[in-house]
Amino acid sequence: MKLLVKGGRVIDPENGRDELLDILVNNGKIAKIGKNIRAKDAQILDAQGKIVCPGFIDIHVHLREPGFEYKEDLATGTRAAAAGGFTTVCCMPNTDPVIDNMAVARFIKEQSQRRGVINVLPIGSITKKQGGEELSEYTDLLAAGCVAFSDDGRPVMRSDVMRNALEYSKMFGVPLLTHSEDAYLSAGGQMHEGFYSTFYGLKGIPAAAEEAMVARDIILTRLTGGKLHICHASTAGTMELIRQAKAEGLQVTCEVTPHHLTLSDELVGSYDTDTKVAPPLRSHEHIEALRAALLDGTVDCLATDHAPHHLESKDCEYDMAAAGISGLETAVAVIMDRLVNTGILPIADLVRLFTVGPADIINLPKGRLNISDAADITIIDPELTRIVEPEKFYSKGKNTPFKGMQLTGWPWATIVAGKLVYIDGNIAEE
Amino acid sequence: MKLDRRKDLLGIKDLSREEIDQILDTAIPMKDVIKRDIKKVPTLRGKAMVTIFYENSTRTRTSFEIAGKYLSADTVNLAVNTSSVQKGESLRDTLKTIEVMGFDLMVMRHSMSGTPHYAARCTKMRVVNAGDGQNEHPTQALLDMFTIREHKGTLENLKVAIVGDIRHSRVARSNIYGLSRYGCEIRVVGPATLIPPEVEKLGVKSYYSLEAAVKDADVVNVLRVQRERQQAGLFPSLDEYAELYMVSPERLKGAKDDVLVLHPGPMNRGVEISSSLADSTQAVINEQVTNGVAVRMAILFLMMGGAKDEIAG
Repeated sequence: MKLLVKGGRVIDPENGRDELLDILVNNGKIAKIGKNIRAKDAQILDAQGKIVCPGFIDIHVHLREPGFEYKEDLATGTRAAAAGGFTTVCCMPNTDPVIDNMAVARFIKEQSQRRGVINVLPIGSITKKQGGEELSEYTDLLAAGCVAFSDDGRPVMRSDVMRNALEYSKMFGVPLLTHSEDAYLSAGGQMHEGFYSTFYGLKGIPAAAEEAMVARDIILTRLTGGKLHICHASTAGTMELIRQAKAEGLQVTCEVTPHHLTLSDELVGSYDTDTKVAPPLRSHEHIEALRAALLDGTVDCLATDHAPHHLESKDCEYDMAAAGISGLETAVAVIMDRLVNTGILPIADLVRLFTVGPADIINLPKGRLNISDAADITIIDPELTRIVEPEKFYSKGKNTPFKGMQLTGWPWATIVAGKLVYIDGNIAEE
Repeated sequence: MKLDRRKDLLGIKDLSREEIDQILDTAIPMKDVIKRDIKKVPTLRGKAMVTIFYENSTRTRTSFEIAGKYLSADTVNLAVNTSSVQKGESLRDTLKTIEVMGFDLMVMRHSMSGTPHYAARCTKMRVVNAGDGQNEHPTQALLDMFTIREHKGTLENLKVAIVGDIRHSRVARSNIYGLSRYGCEIRVVGPATLIPPEVEKLGVKSYYSLEAAVKDADVVNVLRVQRERQQAGLFPSLDEYAELYMVSPERLKGAKDDVLVLHPGPMNRGVEISSSLADSTQAVINEQVTNGVAVRMAILFLMMGGAKDEIAG
């Protein structure tokens, strides 16, 4: 079973590649990378005019299974990921039951292998039941395939618990992924606090609610020597804190989302609940700071925080609506259209931020095109223009503020372990 | 655009000066109707309106209801606490049910900002916002502006101070959006915890000192203090609030001699306003209530499609 990806522009930042090359895949592994490869028995994938990259990795998604299968499940979530150009995703533990034990982690691994179409790596919870009190059994969770720990969505408010978690997890070399939010400062908030929260009369969430927790956790990382990853960093102050922490040599990394890089709080004025997300869409000053941090290396990776919701939890009053954006199927196109095509972000940086960037945070030996590695490959069509049509999403979550927007530069093909799982708009079902 | 061409009245933010003028001008003959012995005109006969209040308010709901009745519309009040809302029905379903009963217009109050905007998208009924969360209270601002115009002869270039909990006040926001259309100098004043962030970008000046804010003012609009703000820790006590911000004749000495005092009611006497001021001739709090009916008649008339020449003369 051979596949020859022919004539594409191969961008592989870690190996310093950016040229027109062929890639030969054999038995699910990368067999050869070079010019004018011939393989008479191989299936040919004509990638002329396309950008061929290591498989994209999203270390922050909510696949909702087990417990919330009406929002998403491992079958639909992984198809959404494949359609979005992702070959590996890490799923957050806020399921029911929480991924705080071996059984749930194994269930996700096994079910995603059976019913899914891409690699799924579970994230265990920092504390049992995400309760913020007692540490989960990290040894068991790692044995079952977890790659990191997070209480995403429910910040660990107790500083002593967070200190212990950072200290204890240090033994295993895995990062804690934090949703940084001081729940007292953000209580009742619906949108970013600033001019537009005043103008629209919605209770604000100050940037300080995020920054106070980021500062605390950086200080605790300094104390413990642990490994900290800030999820969906969204403010200028957060970026400044992370920049300082990195300069100091602390093991601190961060991700930003496509929506925080491209949409502002002004959008909330329609009271369209698809604009409600945590952390909230910020003001232009913050967006500019995130973009600057993307370029100067403060940001380690892009991540979607894919948060699918069913219609009823969004078709309601703004205050009542669930927070979150279904992001897997638009992430690459949004960054291509808004940041790459506009000349803000070099394409090689986009590739780095979706491949080696996230891989290195979770110590995953992926994100590069190395001979004899599993052939996870993402191919982008930089010319393809499409309108975002949520009703056509593979995800059950149709909740996206990008709906109706015209974007240029979409994932065209997704190859997982040598298997073409998505091509030209369609999931290849067996 | 004029109001009679609009499906919904959701906020002053959306209204042009032309539309505001149209409403205020239409309210003048409406006020005459209220003063008549026979307070009924047939203008909206055959039209049906419903008030749906997800937050308590006796006066605003009564005002809308009687405004509809004076115009001969059929009016129904949906008592939310006894309705199916308590059974967990979605707002969209509630609105659909009401809509298919044949109502032309719905007056909605809701504790959550933006809910009338959402409701307007859910239903073919015309929607009038009777106050949504901290966002807007357009009919209150319009009746305030009507009252000011009656007394001052104009809305142009007045100095207006709004006192109290600006942060959580939909009355303050709607007044700011409305009065700024007429070039008014708007000052907001209150404790720092009750002034919203970046408020000056709305084109107002913000103050902590009551005396400074009311200096040379033509109008002072005193907001009601909600006790829950003190309970939420935004200021230490009602006594301390009164010490700093209770508006009284003494503290208005620096204002214009003919300063007009407004209050949207209900008043906390001795907290945000002194009894001596509330009962003085400068205060027009009861007139505001009458004008509220007139302004709401004008809005219902314009929105439910009464013909121009049917305005009772």
